Parts: sequence; structure tokens; C-alpha cells
Amino acid sequence: MSKAVIAALLERFPDAVTDAYEGVGGDDCAFVAKERIVEVCRHLREVERFDLAPYITAVDYLGMEPRFEVVYNLVSIPRSARVRLRVKVPEGDGCSVPSVTGVWRGADWFERYCYDMYGIRFSGHPDLRRLFMYDEFVGHPLRKDYPLRGRQPLVPERQVDENLRGPGPATRD
Amino acid sequence: MVSELDVVPAITTRREEALTGLQGLVSKGLGWARKYSIFQYPFVTACCGMEYMTVSAARYDLDRFGAMLPRFSPRQADMLMVVGTVNCKQAPILRRIYEQIAEPKWVVAFGVCASSGGFYDNYATVQGIDRIVPVDVYIPGCPPRPEQVIDGIMLLQRKIQDQAHRLVEPRPLPPSGAHEG
Amino acid sequence: MTAPAHSPPAPSAQENDAPLPVKRMVVNLGPSHPAMHGVTRAVVELEGETIRAMKLDIGFLHRGFEKSCETVTWGQCFPYTDRLNYVSSIMNNVGFALAVEKLCRLEVPERARYLRVVTSELHRICDHLTLVGAMAMELGAGTVFFFAIEGRDLIWDRLTELCGARLTSNYARIGGVSRDLPEGWADKTLRTLDRVAELCEEIHGLLTRNRIFLDRTRGTGRVPRQDAIELGFTGPCLRASGEAYDVRKAFPYLVYDRLDFDIPVGANGDNFDRYLMRMEEMRQSDRIVRQCFQQMQPGEIIVQDFRYALPPKPLVYGTIEGVMAHFKLVMEGIKVPAGEAYSYTEAANGELGFYLVSDGGGRPYKLGLRAPGWPMLAALPFMTKDALLADLIPTFDSINMIGGEVEQ
Repeated sequence: MSKAVIAALLERFPDAVTDAYEGVGGDDCAFVAKERIVEVCRHLREVERFDLAPYITAVDYLGMEPRFEVVYNLVSIPRSARVRLRVKVPEGDGCSVPSVTGVWRGADWFERYCYDMYGIRFSGHPDLRRLFMYDEFVGHPLRKDYPLRGRQPLVPERQVDENLRGPGPATRD
Repeated sequence: MVSELDVVPAITTRREEALTGLQGLVSKGLGWARKYSIFQYPFVTACCGMEYMTVSAARYDLDRFGAMLPRFSPRQADMLMVVGTVNCKQAPILRRIYEQIAEPKWVVAFGVCASSGGFYDNYATVQGIDRIVPVDVYIPGCPPRPEQVIDGIMLLQRKIQDQAHRLVEPRPLPPSGAHEG
Repeated sequence: MTAPAHSPPAPSAQENDAPLPVKRMVVNLGPSHPAMHGVTRAVVELEGETIRAMKLDIGFLHRGFEKSCETVTWGQCFPYTDRLNYVSSIMNNVGFALAVEKLCRLEVPERARYLRVVTSELHRICDHLTLVGAMAMELGAGTVFFFAIEGRDLIWDRLTELCGARLTSNYARIGGVSRDLPEGWADKTLRTLDRVAELCEEIHGLLTRNRIFLDRTRGTGRVPRQDAIELGFTGPCLRASGEAYDVRKAFPYLVYDRLDFDIPVGANGDNFDRYLMRMEEMRQSDRIVRQCFQQMQPGEIIVQDFRYALPPKPLVYGTIEGVMAHFKLVMEGIKVPAGEAYSYTEAANGELGFYLVSDGGGRPYKLGLRAPGWPMLAALPFMTKDALLADLIPTFDSINMIGGEVEQ
């Protein structure tokens, strides 16, 4: 069922949708050009009935060019079909992708998450601001070049020295 | 179970700390009263909150220790029970709530994320709330079994009983005159 | 002498009810708040008692799940997944295991699949009990909270005997599950389920026709069907709005295609329907567990491939291959072939999705989580537009926002 959807997409948008393949476990996927993603999504929503807001996430392929990839996992409830669209986003040139919140309102927070964690901007998003991290945070944590333990504390932390702690639970029992 | 902690010494080297006679009785009385009427502020964040719900419910009843009633305003509480992970975004809020609770106050770190950060050693979490507020009792566990929590509360009760309680706490006067800066 | 003043004409009805000038007030339902399950900050703009606008601020429980998982081996991700939806943690474990097995193209043995279904459904009952108890408590029905927690405790006792932990179970492994059922566990669990069903009947009796509960939940937080789909709702909240979509029926996985159960679907999409959805789903989960116990056959509980599963101890102590396999698996973890996969299950709250990218090494390259509670939480400003402030509370409860999964 999903293969038919991909085939129809390839036919309808020959320059936007490329490299359709079947992934592991029977997932039907295709790459979509960055500029045409809103068109493709609108077609999928209105014609192919992929009504449910998709799961949008991003991957950082550090070292490869283009660096980021935004992945849209769509599901169609009436047709029981699933499709995955992958959009390559190069790091330069503002690192931005057109937002699909005009097609599904539910895509809103997923795109904010991608912005917060990876720094990918979504043009046309109504309210693009950080979702998880606080505004004073500098950087995008899920990028591969952000250190795991790169804490940016908001409150000055007390020094905890083990040898200053008196006999307490250590001498219990 | 609950072991012998430091008791208030009968002989001390500093005169103002000695609690003998009537003052000792008052201290023991106040300690007894305070330990059996703990008003907790449940600062619940994460999974340990589920065990907190269990320990307040009917089977492992925290009410028999007098510690049942949660007070959701820091002004009305005397024990800050930090349940679950505290991350860098939540830390200022924890600090502010701690400062808003009136003396005498105690802090219980419930769960291993509050005690030392747990296994979330990354950009987002604070490695133990004792980096933000002073803690009295640490209850480790991920999440701790309700019996462990009750053990922690009994430990806290022992600590409260043995602290020095006075009817009028000697405090340094606030600095008079204008603030510098 | 002035003429006697006649009384002024009676004011017309409109003048009498002339509204006072109002100004909107911004109230902060702060991150540390009893009704904000876990830590969510809701900044509401009120006009009187009516919410005109709401802004949600989350991230106070963000624990860096994805980044942590990128730095540990595949098998070590299981405790992290436990703490996502911490009231039904086995479902997260199973979801993650299914995603990895999809990438590795592993075939899980029969008995392991039944065990996964049994434990998942037991945790689904726990999740729904927690929701009903918390929702009732926040609306004032404290007794229901005690019944629900007692029911949850009884199920956790059974799961402690099986998994070792009450809450964060860490039960599933890549290729199967970690341990088999103890002696007599199935009978004990059936008796526990009987007792839980009794407690659910009591809760029904206390809540379902309760005037106060009905007045507060019926008609509030209404979400029409098309809006629910566009906003990305899944799970009980979507089914309460009238769309019969359940991943277990639409894209069956594990052994759900052999089991006979119904999908309740609501009519109105308000808070009362979401509550009824949970009560009915508990009954269906009970049915599923009983059928599984009847259909389950003895067998292996984990795939017999030492590249993925720890060998049994006699082989580890007795043969060279066993020792080597054990050593490699513990020190380096399993090796998942490079590629990407998206796997989805029906968690207690909706469609739980894991998007995995592997680079062929021993650690995940990317582990993306589709939290089922996320679209519902994001839609909260929509759901409470022009509702009373008091309606925010049952709405927030009924969408079952679990901080661990929403804030990863």
C-alpha cells in the first residue's frame, strides 16, 4: 500500500522526490528536496489522506555534507499506510527548512524540538523558540560536536567536598 | 534500621551551645513535637513521584509518622522533599522554594537523581541537589522502595529529635544601614 | 420648595447588567505545582475565570535521554527507556527492543512475544489506574486515589516477582525477555487481576455517575475528531474523539493478531470520554492477559543467537565460545547493522515510536523518540481556549502527560 503512495509521489513530483527505497522491515522511504517539502506534504495530506500529524525528527551526520537530515514519519489511518520522507539540510545558508505547520498544526512542537536540539530553523513556523532548554542556553545539545557533559548552570552550585561531610549515613549499621 | 546518631552532648566547650536543665527539656519537647508533625512540600518531578504516591497511600502509610499532609505552599511547609531529577532549568526554582520555606526546615533528597544525579550525567541535570540546597537526609534508590522511604523519614525524625531546639533562636541581627551595592 | 422629585425611571435590563471594565490577568501555574503533573509551567491569561490564552513552558524535566543513549551500548539503553513513561515502563522497553530487532532483522521466539504482551498489558492497567486515581484526587475524590494506588500496588507485587523492580522494570532484552515466569505466577496474577477488577468496579461506582465528576468532566476539554487527527493525537485521546485507530489492530505486532479484544471508541472527545476510555481499556487489557495465559506455550524466552543474547551460564562456564560471547556482549554490547528504522507500538498513551539510526557500531547513532503524550500536551492551549480555569485541571489530567516521556 505504501509503495503505491511512493510511486504516485515519484510520478507527481519527479524533481522533488528522489531515491525512493525500501528500508529495513518494509519501511517505504524517499528523499525530498528541501524547498518542495511543503508541497509534497500538502499533497500527501489532502490527496493521499495522511491526516495524522507526522513524527518529525532530525539527525546530525557530522562529517557528511549536507550535515543534517530532517525525517518525517507519516501515517495514514484510513489507508493503514506508512511513509518516511527524508530531507537533507546543509548546515550553511541559515540551516533552514520550510515549516509544515501550515499543513498539520500538530507538527509545531516537533519542529521546535529540532530547532532546540539541532539548530535547524523552520521558516514560516509561527513561534520558533526553544522547547526544552532554557533561553540562556548557548548551543544545540544534540549536535554531535556538543559535549555530553556541557552543563551551563543557571544557579551557582555549592561546592560539595566529601571530607567535610561529618559522620552520617556512612557510620550507620 | 535507624542507628545511633550524634546526640546533643551534655558537656560542650561553648557555653551558648550547652543545653542543660530546663533548656534541654525544652529542646527535647520541641524536637518531639516537630518530628511528629512534619509538613512536607513535595517537590515532585519524575519517576520517584510514583513511589511518593505509593508511600502516601493506604498500604505504606506516611500518615502514621505524622508526615502525611502535603502543603503546597512553601510558607506553610517545613520539610522540602525533593522527589526525582532536578535539572539545570529547574534548579533556580528549587533554590527559590527552599529560600521561601521558613526555619526550621529540613530537606530530604528522595531518590538517587536528587541525591547525586543518578545515571543522568549529562548537559541537562544537576548532579545532586546538595549542589543547590543543603540536604539533611538522602534516600537512594531508583526509585526507592517505600520501605526505604519510611526508613529515611524515621532517620529524619531521629535527626530532628536530636537537634538543638530553642524557643527563641539566637540569630545575628540583619545588617543595619544601606545595602552595599 | 422644590417639586417633589419623582423617582428616576427604572434602569433598563441592559444598563443594570453593564459589565465592569476588566483587564486580563496573567497567572503562572508554576513548574512546582500539585496539578501540573511533574513539572510543566502554564502561563494563562485570564479574563475573570476564563482562559483567553495559554502558553506552555516545558523542559523542566529534560534529562538528556537521547544524548545519554548515544553514549552507551544498545543493551544499556534499556534503563533509560524505562524512565520515559515511568508508569508503564515495560512498554517503552518493548518498543525499543522491537525497533532494534527490526534493524537487526531478528526473529523473537514465541513465548517471549507472549511474555512481552502480558507484561505490557499489566503495565497498561497500571498506567490507566494511575491516571484515574490522580484525576479523581485532583477533582477532590480522594478515596478513588487510594483504590487506584492499591490496585497498582497489587500488580506491582506480581511484577516485582517477575522483573525484580516495581516501577522501572528493565524486563525486555534485545531478542526476547530477561527471565521466565516463576512457579505459579500465572495463577497468582489471575487472582490479582480479579482483585483489580473488583477495585475498578468500586471506582466505577464512585465516579461514573457522580454528579460532581460529571459536571466537571463532561463537556470540558472537548476536541473534535478532525482537530484531534490534525493535531497528532493518538491512543485513548484520539479514540475518545471518535477515530478508531489503535496500532495493535491497524499494524499488529507481537501476538496481537491472535488475540481477541475490542477497541473502545468515544463519541464526544471530552474529559469524561477520555476517563471512560481508560476504564474500558483496563477491562480489555484484562481480557488480553487471560487469553495470553491460555495460549502461551513453554519455550525459549530469548533468541538463541549469541551475537545478541547472553549465553546460558552452563555454556559460559563450560565452553570457550560461551565465555567469548559473554565477554563481547558485556564489554562491547551487540553490533547492530548500519541503517535506520522506525518502529511503533501502542503504549498506554498512544503511538510510541522509536526512530533508530545505527552506524554499524556498538552504540546508537541516533535514538529518536515519538512521545505519545507530546501532541496532546502541545494541543492544551487549543483544548482550554475559552474554558474556565477550573476546567484546565481535568483536561490536564485526562491527557495523561507523563513528564518522563514528554521531556525525554
